[in-house]
Parts: sequence; C-alpha cells; structure tokens
Amino acid sequence: MEHFFHYLFAPGLASSGPVRVALLVGTVVAVTSGVVGVFTVTRGQSFAGHALADVATTGGSGAFLIGLNQFWGFLAFGIGAAAFLEIIGVQRRRGRDVATGVVLGAGLGLAALFLYLDAASTSTTGASFTVLFGSIFVIASSTVPALIASGLIALLVVVVLSRVLLLSSLSPDIAAVRGVPVRAVGAAYLIALAISVSLSAVAIGAVLSTALLIGPAATALRIARGPVRAMAVSALIGVVATWLGILLAYDSYDWPPHGHGWPVSFFIVALVVIFYLLSYLRRPSRSRSARTASGAAGAHSRSEEGACSAAS
Amino acid sequence: MFSGFMMNTWIAATIVAVIAGVVGFFAVLRGSTFAAHAIPNGAFAGAAGASLLGISTLVGLAVFSVAGALGIGAFGRRARHDVATALALVLMLGLGALFISVSTEYAQETYSLLFGEVFGVSPDELLPIAILGAASILAIGVIFRPLMLSSAMPEVAEARGVSSARMEMVFLLIMALATSMTVPVVGALLMFSLMIGPAAAARSFTPRPGLAIVLSIAFGLATVWTGIAVSYVTNWPLGFFVGVMGAVFYLAGRAWATLRRTRSVRAAGPGRPAPVTAQPA
Repeated sequence: MEHFFHYLFAPGLASSGPVRVALLVGTVVAVTSGVVGVFTVTRGQSFAGHALADVATTGGSGAFLIGLNQFWGFLAFGIGAAAFLEIIGVQRRRGRDVATGVVLGAGLGLAALFLYLDAASTSTTGASFTVLFGSIFVIASSTVPALIASGLIALLVVVVLSRVLLLSSLSPDIAAVRGVPVRAVGAAYLIALAISVSLSAVAIGAVLSTALLIGPAATALRIARGPVRAMAVSALIGVVATWLGILLAYDSYDWPPHGHGWPVSFFIVALVVIFYLLSYLRRPSRSRSARTASGAAGAHSRSEEGACSAAS
Repeated sequence: MFSGFMMNTWIAATIVAVIAGVVGFFAVLRGSTFAAHAIPNGAFAGAAGASLLGISTLVGLAVFSVAGALGIGAFGRRARHDVATALALVLMLGLGALFISVSTEYAQETYSLLFGEVFGVSPDELLPIAILGAASILAIGVIFRPLMLSSAMPEVAEARGVSSARMEMVFLLIMALATSMTVPVVGALLMFSLMIGPAAAARSFTPRPGLAIVLSIAFGLATVWTGIAVSYVTNWPLGFFVGVMGAVFYLAGRAWATLRRTRSVRAAGPGRPAPVTAQPA
C-alpha cells in the first residue's frame, strides 16, 4: 500500500514550484470555467466559447510580436472578439454559429500572420504548438496575480447575474416580458466568457480551455438537478480533473518514453471526456419520461436534463 | 508566379476552393459551422499520430476525421450538438498533443498542418485530391434534394421520410472525406475559413440555393486566387488573406442584405412578406 502511494504521488510533487503554481492556477481556471460553462452549455454557445479561446491566443501571439505581456494580448483580443460577436448580434442559433465561424476564421488568419512574423523575427520554433496547447507547468509566476484576479472578475459577473442570466438563457421572451434587458445581460455574459476563456487559454492553452469550459458543465447538467447544484458539481468535476491530470502528468515522467513527460493537456482532456461518458451510465430519472412525452414536439427539444429541471 | 511548381499550387487551391464552396454551403445552411471547424482540426491530430506510427499521414487524417464525424453524429443525437462537437474536438486535439509531444521531431510540421503548405504541393498529391474532391461533390449531388430539404426544413423532411439524424451523419462523413484530403494541402484552419466565409457571404447575397452554391464557389476561388497572388508577392501566409477575405465577403453580404431589405420595405410598404430563405430547388 505504501509502495502504491509512493508510486502514485511521486517524490518531490509537493515541493516542486511549477507544480504548486500549476495546482493554484489550475484550480482557479477550473472553478471559473466550470461555473461560466454551465451557462455556456445552457445557452448553446460552446462554439463561441471555443472560438473566443482561439481568437484570444491570436492576441497572445500579437502581443508577443510587439513585446507586450501576452496576457494583455489575450484579454484584448478575447474581449474584442466578444464585442464583435455581440455587435453582429445574430439572434438565431444557426446564424450566430455562422457569425462565430467567420470571426474565428478571421482570427485564425491573423494568428497565421502573427506566428509567421514571430517566427521571422525571433525564430521561435513550436510557437504554434504553445499557442494551441499551452502548458500549465510553464506559467510565469509574475502573471499569476493577474490571472487569479481576472478569473475572480469573470466569476463575480456570472454569479451576480446568474438569476437573470438563467432566465434569459432558458426563455428570452419571458425574460424580456419581465423587464430583463436580455441583450445587455447577454453582452455582459459574453464579456465574462471572454475573460474566463482568455484566462484559461493563457494558462493552459486553447484546447484545454474548451475542455474545461464545456466538459464539466455538460456532465454536471446531466447529473445535477437545479442550476446552483450544477454550478457546484461542474466546478468540482473541473477541479478534480485538473488535479488528477497534473498528478498523472507529473508521474508520467517515469513512463515510456523515458525522461519525457506526457502532456498535461492530454490527461485533463481525457479525464473530462471520461467523466462526461460516465454520466451516460447513470440511469436518467423522471426527467426522461418528461422528455419523451415532449419529444414529439420535434428534434429541437433536445435540451439537457439539467436545463429542463432548472426551468421547472 | 505561374512557373512549374506554382502551377501545382494553383490547381490544388482551385480544387480545394470548389470542394469547400459546395460543402461549405451546406455547412452554413445546416448550421454545422462548429463541426466544420472541429473535423479538420481533429484530423490534424490524426496526421500527428500517423507520423508517430510511421504510416501515411493520409491514413491518420482519414481515420481521425471519420472518427470525429461519427462521434459528433452519434453523440449529437443524444446530447446537445455543440457539446458533442466541442468534446470530440478537444479529445482529438488532446490526443494530438500527446502524439506531438511523444514524437519530438514533429513540432515544425505542426505549423504546416495547421496553416497549410500550399506552396509545396507535389504533382502526385494532386490526383488523390482531385479524386476525393470529385467523390465528395458527387456524393452531395446524389443526395442533393433530401439533403437540401432536411437542411432547410427538418420537420418537413422527417414527415416525408428523410431521417435528419441519418442525413446529419451522411453529411458529416462527406465533410470528413473532403477534409482528410485537403488538410495536408491547405491546412486545418484554412480549410475551415474557406468553407465558412464564402458560403456565408453567398447565402446573404441570394436566397436561391443553386445560385448560392455557384456564388460560394466563385467567392472561394476569388479568395484563394487573390490570396495566392498576394501571398506570393508579400511572402505573408496564405491563411491570413483567406481568413480576412472570408470576413470581408461576409460583411459585404450582410451589408447588401440589410440594404436590400430596407429598400424593398421602402418600395413595397410594410405589408410585403419577408423573403423566404433557402427554399428547396
């Protein structure tokens, strides 16, 4: 047993500086993404969440080009893209996805240019790799306070707005009738999403950012009843996946190929997806019969069970 | 600009623009934009895995793009479509991160697979692109009417016996087919921009599907041809021009649609019904 623990928690884990920073930042990112993600999934804006992360990384490479701290580049491009999406302001879901796609396409084009100029001016190899996949183990400790602060801001915005946000996410018409400024709430939420996503993209890479935003929230909405519990469960799943992922990545230095750790993004993504798949094992309770009853209404009533019970 | 090796570039880019124009029209019409982003990006991870195993990258691209399409189709039926797409995308990219980190010498190729290597197309790459491109356009031609119907009016299509779930799966597989061939040439990100930008613009310019497909191809061709010429002169990456021109076309289309709407409202008075978009041919 002792040997097992020794194997699981490789020696030097607790005393390693990068691991401690990774655990701290990973926790903040996981909690923020988990809570914001519940609304992202409920509003069907996964694509926007992913696009904002990708566009934010474009800002990162742009900031790198002009010698600014990358975090500000991330934040500027993330919020700029969110504002642009809001100005285009397509209300139907299909049209919104197309607009998101166009913004993402333009952002990625800029990323291609920035990376090319970066490589031309500084001969950075693998810049594209870092931008996409990031690394939680190489966060500069000087950016940690800014990361944590922006995470808290995003969290605060979403928690303060949670009631009106939930109402306007589930039924915009009722919200409008009750005097909720649906458009303004949506814009504030999109900004919070941009902050949260660019925070996680700078810390852990664009891929992982989407994984932590969507995976835990989708899982939580399947297993938890009610929005508050869903937020708590989602944050918890995110934190567990992040910690386990960091632990496994640290351990993987002993795995083949020797002396070369496996990427932490892989572990966290794999854990998040496994959690989501596990949620299918749980037998859906009474909300299933309610859904099959309303299933005749058409294919569009495919809302998550959690969102259904949140509405009731 | 039109010397020997550049001819391959022009031909490959033309084929890709035509495929992207046709497939992209349906992607935009169906709202499968996220899938259009996820499948090429996931396929890129497959290429990394293939180079790790020492097999042809085309096999890796095909396996991952088809697996991604099947995963999105299967899980999208049960849960939210965008959640399934996001999770399929991150899972494939997570595997890609693993493959890339294990095979240490791969990092340089990452850039070219993401952003394309259109100026390095070899003549023997052209034939498979042309064949698979023709296959995916043929497949769309065969299922054109039911696909059109289920994209524009899913309920009506269901009533007539066209299963929208099956249509979605078939369409995603066609997209995977088109993707696995084009990613090594133009890159995962460029393929996405080419599918969405021109098609979205074309949809704003005309409600008629046939004309919209032709316009979508035309915009795509204009984008890549201009992009290649400017990129050849300035040496800036092609992906930049394609992404920006896609956005410009889209904004122009939106502006034109808004202008036409206000003009027609002013001309015909308030009683005139709104133009119906995308009726089946």
